[in-house]
Amino acid sequence: MKTILYIIQKEFKQIFRNKGMLPIIFVMPIMQLIILSNAATFEVNHIKFGYIDQDHSSTSRALIETFNASSYFNVIRHYPSENLASSAILRGDIDVLLNIPLYFERDLQKDQYNTLGITINAIDGAAAGVENVYVTQLIQRFNTRLKVELTQTSDQFVQPEIIETIPLFWYNETLNYKTYMVPGILVLLVTMITLFLSGMNIVREKEIGTLEQINVTPIKKNQFIIGKLFPFWVIGMGLLTVGLVLARLIFNIPFLGSLPLLYLYTSIYILVVLGMGLFISNFTDTQQQAMFISWFFVVIFILMSGLFTPIDSMPKWAQHLTEFNPVKYFVEVIRMVMLKGSGFSDILPNLLKTTLYALIMNGLAVWSYKKTN
Amino acid sequence: MSITVTNISKSYKNVEALKDVSFNVKSGELFGLIGPDGAGKTTLFRILTTLLKANSGTASVTGFDVVTDYKDIRNCVGYMPGKFSLYQDLTIEENLNFFATIFNTTLEENYELIKDIYVQIEPFKNRRAGQLSGGMKQKLALCCALIHKPKVLFLDEPTTGVDPVSRKEFWEMLKRLQQKHITILVSTPYMDEAALCDRIALIQDGEILQIDTPKAMISHHKKDIYNVSAHNMYQLINVLKQYKHQHSVYPFGAFVHYTDSRTDFNMADLKAYLESKSLSEIKIEKTLPTIEDTFMELATT
Repeated sequence: MKTILYIIQKEFKQIFRNKGMLPIIFVMPIMQLIILSNAATFEVNHIKFGYIDQDHSSTSRALIETFNASSYFNVIRHYPSENLASSAILRGDIDVLLNIPLYFERDLQKDQYNTLGITINAIDGAAAGVENVYVTQLIQRFNTRLKVELTQTSDQFVQPEIIETIPLFWYNETLNYKTYMVPGILVLLVTMITLFLSGMNIVREKEIGTLEQINVTPIKKNQFIIGKLFPFWVIGMGLLTVGLVLARLIFNIPFLGSLPLLYLYTSIYILVVLGMGLFISNFTDTQQQAMFISWFFVVIFILMSGLFTPIDSMPKWAQHLTEFNPVKYFVEVIRMVMLKGSGFSDILPNLLKTTLYALIMNGLAVWSYKKTN
Repeated sequence: MSITVTNISKSYKNVEALKDVSFNVKSGELFGLIGPDGAGKTTLFRILTTLLKANSGTASVTGFDVVTDYKDIRNCVGYMPGKFSLYQDLTIEENLNFFATIFNTTLEENYELIKDIYVQIEPFKNRRAGQLSGGMKQKLALCCALIHKPKVLFLDEPTTGVDPVSRKEFWEMLKRLQQKHITILVSTPYMDEAALCDRIALIQDGEILQIDTPKAMISHHKKDIYNVSAHNMYQLINVLKQYKHQHSVYPFGAFVHYTDSRTDFNMADLKAYLESKSLSEIKIEKTLPTIEDTFMELATT
């Protein structure tokens, strides 16, 4: 026990003396949290909108006025010809183009039916989908108004009222994306920092040769490993705390669930990450190699965690693959506990899976750590 | 016997690092392993300090087998690897305390043993190891290797890259440690250090060439050795190598060491030959053999 305590003390000394590492551990994650949480948005706003009005009728003007009034479409431009409009899309001046054909109003009144051409820049498919929904909604609203006007003028039978839905958004009433993103980004930061640090740490001793010196001492390998990894466990928990405080103070994210429950889960989760870090450092010879392998895993874990893209919309095989992703479990748990106020029994399946993961990962890591080579 | 090595062989992929090596080191002996870079010295050290397993053969340290009793060995040996491998970002004192703790001891407990060495670096005890000079780093590493009062000390090229004054001091320290009944196995590529050991083993390409006391090793030298010099040393070596009676020719400090294949060698003959090859300022004199001459003799035959 005395030995472990001494190693822990020594590790902390080394961490705090490393002038290059200290800001990476404490300042960078905070900056990332602030920057990413403000920047990583799924909302589609300020859509660059343009139109071609060949009709120049009161209906076409009213239609354009509808877009003008919408807060989603803010840059409205008129193009006299299709050629000019398509080169504007090519240049990136506009992303959505509405083409109102000649005799639009006349045909609409005559046939009670007409079509409109919408062109959307779909390089970003997700954004294009959202833009399409906005455009469709606006035109539908315009349509209803038009129908009322038409039914008043012509003596047709009265159409039934349209069914309207009134949604209630639970757990995030204002659909604030930050409420959704901040807990996830916090998971990302805790994972990244603890994995990188633990992955590079033992390799560093290998690189500078101290590991060889230590291997000729009677120290037991579990003493050494615990002593080396415990400081990073503390740093991980510290990062979570700092992140939660920032989430509350800067982003005003609600915390509905139990704080001890989140800490309980995180304390086990970090063990998984540390085990992984140790495992990586056992199979690498330099910090550079360890860094590359850690990055490889972190990128896969983050993209398949449900942090940015929902797991439900992934293909089946990818969904099965996410079962092996510890980050996925943490993202689920932190969102459940913070936003839904889930209790112990709700997160129990994730807690058990994470515990199992921690046991397997650390078992593998300790097994593969050899004092001889 | 403090260290016994019996028929140890070790190979890495295609390289045979040690070929059937056997030797013994007596208790309290200062035993030198002398050989050029790549001779297999470090491999042997790593096997004896339980860091590496041999392909075949057995070895024991203080009676413990290096494979089965590795835990006991780790308790009673001190190892100083060739590369400085202490924590550069910890101070002298912190490094010492760290190694004391992992050996379950304290700096005070065995202070007597390291006192002589420690007093030299004590004024800098709050300086980080990375900022020490080469000689001080080496003293610190020796202190760390001695902190738990080991019975056997393994020193892998401790004086490589160290200035001549520190080298001399270092060997004096080893002599003092020997008086405290510590068996020392030390390796070095410097032949001049060999004379300071009780016994030495000459090693090359993974094979032990000869084991003996430095004195005996020199006296075994059969041929007379001559220091030869001329105005152009490079030309001199080439010309000597073409001489039909030459036995061996190799540079040695400011001279060329020459041995002749004949029993009735005559300096005047050689001088005449060299002059005929348009060499000037020729000096030839008989000299006493050194360990290096023995090594060259054994290594080339």
